[in-house]
Amino acid sequence: MASGQVEKRVKYKSSLKDPGTPGFLRIREAMLFFVPTDPKSDSKLKVLTQNIKSQKYTKEASNKPPWLNMTNKQGRSYIFEFENYADMQTCRDFITKALAKCEEEPTKPAVSTSSEQLNIADLEMRFKLLRENSELQRLHKQFVESKVLTEDEFWATRKKLIGKDSIRKSKQQVGLKSMMVSGIKPSTDGRTNRVTFNLTPEIIFQIFAEKPAVRQAFINYVPSKMTEKDFWTKYFRAEYLYSTKNTAVAAAEAAEDEELAVFLKPDEILAREARQKIRRVDPTLDMEADQGDDYTHLMDHGIQRDGTMDVIEPQNDQFKRSLLQDLNRHAAVVLEGRSIDVDSEDTRIVAEALTRVKQVNKADGDTTKEANQERWERMSRVAGMEDLQAPQNFPLAPLSIKDPRDYFESQQGNVLNVPRGAGALKRNVHEAYGLLKESILEIRATGLCVPLIKPDVSFDVFRSLTQTISTAKNIIGKNPRESFLDRLPKSTKDEVLHHWASIQELLRHFWSSYPITTTYLHIKVGKLKDAMSNTYSQLEAMKESVQSDLRHQVSLLVRPMQQALDAAFQHYEADLQRRKAKSGGGERPNGYV
Amino acid sequence: MASVASKLYSDDVSLLVLLLDTNPFFWSTTSITFSQFLSHVLAFLNAVMGLNQLNQVVVIATGYSSCDYIYDSSSTSSNHGTGNGMPALFSSLLEKLEDFVTKDEELSKEKNVSKDRVASSLLSGSLSMALCYIQRVFRSGHLHPQPRILCLQGSQDGPEQYVAVMNSIFSAQRLMVPIDSCYIGTQNSAFLQQASYITGGVHHKPQQLDGLFQYLTTIFATDLHSRGFVQLPKPVGVDFRASCFCHKKTIDMGYICSVCLSIFCEHHKKCTTCGSVFGQSKLDDVSSVSDKKRKSPDT
Ligand SMILES: [Zn+2]
Ligand SMILES: [Zn+2]
Repeated sequence: MASGQVEKRVKYKSSLKDPGTPGFLRIREAMLFFVPTDPKSDSKLKVLTQNIKSQKYTKEASNKPPWLNMTNKQGRSYIFEFENYADMQTCRDFITKALAKCEEEPTKPAVSTSSEQLNIADLEMRFKLLRENSELQRLHKQFVESKVLTEDEFWATRKKLIGKDSIRKSKQQVGLKSMMVSGIKPSTDGRTNRVTFNLTPEIIFQIFAEKPAVRQAFINYVPSKMTEKDFWTKYFRAEYLYSTKNTAVAAAEAAEDEELAVFLKPDEILAREARQKIRRVDPTLDMEADQGDDYTHLMDHGIQRDGTMDVIEPQNDQFKRSLLQDLNRHAAVVLEGRSIDVDSEDTRIVAEALTRVKQVNKADGDTTKEANQERWERMSRVAGMEDLQAPQNFPLAPLSIKDPRDYFESQQGNVLNVPRGAGALKRNVHEAYGLLKESILEIRATGLCVPLIKPDVSFDVFRSLTQTISTAKNIIGKNPRESFLDRLPKSTKDEVLHHWASIQELLRHFWSSYPITTTYLHIKVGKLKDAMSNTYSQLEAMKESVQSDLRHQVSLLVRPMQQALDAAFQHYEADLQRRKAKSGGGERPNGYV
Repeated sequence: MASVASKLYSDDVSLLVLLLDTNPFFWSTTSITFSQFLSHVLAFLNAVMGLNQLNQVVVIATGYSSCDYIYDSSSTSSNHGTGNGMPALFSSLLEKLEDFVTKDEELSKEKNVSKDRVASSLLSGSLSMALCYIQRVFRSGHLHPQPRILCLQGSQDGPEQYVAVMNSIFSAQRLMVPIDSCYIGTQNSAFLQQASYITGGVHHKPQQLDGLFQYLTTIFATDLHSRGFVQLPKPVGVDFRASCFCHKKTIDMGYICSVCLSIFCEHHKKCTTCGSVFGQSKLDDVSSVSDKKRKSPDT
């Protein structure tokens, strides 16, 4: 082990603000030590390499001192300030190498477990993405199944894709149906006067949400006083009485049956809530324009449930509900949405959950400030529907243009390609302007030239234009906006597009693997290079196989792809040569063997 | 007029904003004189206004050191009768044009800008003015003529205007205002080719300038609606070359900031536009050529 140890003069900082303790950093493969210059100092340090989780470092171009910041698996970080960047680089590379070694031993099983440990949701998301995107599926098949890329590598560059979708899994709550409870029609057996209501949990929820009094009554009576069935029978009896608009009968029945009366009387809880809401209204608000809409006290122009006019009988007033009241209440509940998360068949649980939510709301609403806050939050939540908005997480970089002239005009003097005869032009400035003005004077004096255009010139223009258009049509195709791709046979077109996508995939992985610091990356780059050579020859083959009249255009399309691949090959070879030269010299500062 | 107009503004009513190149350095080198050129242009404008009673024409002079509106058919009174058989409209245009040229000359003396500038016209300026005018028309309500811009340009591109011109082009693209361009100089103009390509306008370089009127009426008089049914000349390739942001040199290969897409002819440590710090790969010296992005004429 020629390079088994590295030692550099550093300052150790326990935190970013710590001025630092001067000393030596000594790194061996298994461990790193910090020995302070001052023997009395107690900031000696010993860290096992395998405990290091990650390292961060400042970049040379960033104008910051050369810092290396290592984080251990417990989240503690050690910051070292080096005397220069070269020192830091050496240490960093050494640690990278040591870390890679540490990882390599347990790596074989670790890789497979890492994908096993992936939570099911992530896996499902990947499958879903592959299913929905055939292009992605093809790439996945081509590179992951042929082992050019690992599953993790393939998805690592698509975190956004996965992340976005998992967020989108919708926090939007499902609203209630806009149909009103009173719209529920019973079924009849056709022979007797019996009617049957089919109550679904959803309907029950809606009734409870719209009519707190019914909810409260349910909690009070069921099952101590009556069965759930009896309760609903009574409820619909009351509803029936409402619908008959026979307030006298309603009043009579209510007098006999106190439970039924609960359903027939105005909803106290609701009224209380309404009063509370009114108290929360901004006192400076001018309500005059809205007076007709105040649904709790005002008689609503006499419109009843089914819209027929009715005579008001003041004494039985309380047994009457208006269509407007119902509509308003229903609308309010629909807007509130399903405020509880309980999805239970048990009616009582639903009723209690709703009551709890209401009580919490009330407690919240006690202080007007909080109520306002809540209202604002709710409004901003409702106003911004997630699925209707563009993704918000654009990485923004503010422009750093100090002087707009730098941006719009030349930044480094007028180093321009001087036009031919520019000097001569300068001498003639006055002359040139003179000529121009003379021309204007001439046309003002004599008018347009006569004839404006000679017939044979016109004819020439037409002929040349026709020719231009017809030849351009041949080259570009009938539809001027049609791309050349559309003129290729479908299979060739697909092939071209697919090659392009796979080359991009390969190049992305290829370039992001540099600089090569671990054996792992070395192997990866090798595999990528082989895959790219493969693609390269496929491109050649495709060029050969197309019809001769399309060959030129296809080769124009293929050329940039090949250029991009060539650049990668060139880089690969150059890097290889450098490595060989270095390792030949016996020096291996950069790590892998 | 407005109430009548509201019934009549159909999809083929045009607002044509014509950018007229009045660069004296260009006009002292051409085969046709400026007055001949003006004859063709004025006749063309007359034809455009004759195509539809509601068509509107605005002319902006693109000078060497300034630009200005020299004609607006919606604001010029149309009283008839001057000599030499020209509508009053055009004598007012020519008068304004003459004033403009005089002012432009003074400005060029004042600023002494001609020292090392390319003898290009202020295309970026007149494009911006045209877009401002059109923006105002758009904001006047939803009954307005369909605007388009026509650049009648002869001088060469000024690479130092690259950023400003491209910004105007992208604004036009956003506004969905096509920029037609007719290049009458010797070399073709990359700016105009890109402007028309990006905004979906027509670019053409006439072969013979004595037939300019024929080119103008055949190609550029067509309103946007009718373009759906007419075969117009289509350039086979577009010169996509850009200017670097650092020296404003025209380049076909360079470095691009991966954050803000600024273009540089040489490697910088930091992007001058957005401030991103570029990492320097150790192998940069080996493969600097291959890292560059190529921007070449498209085929
Ligand atoms: Zn430059
Ligand atoms: Zn940038």
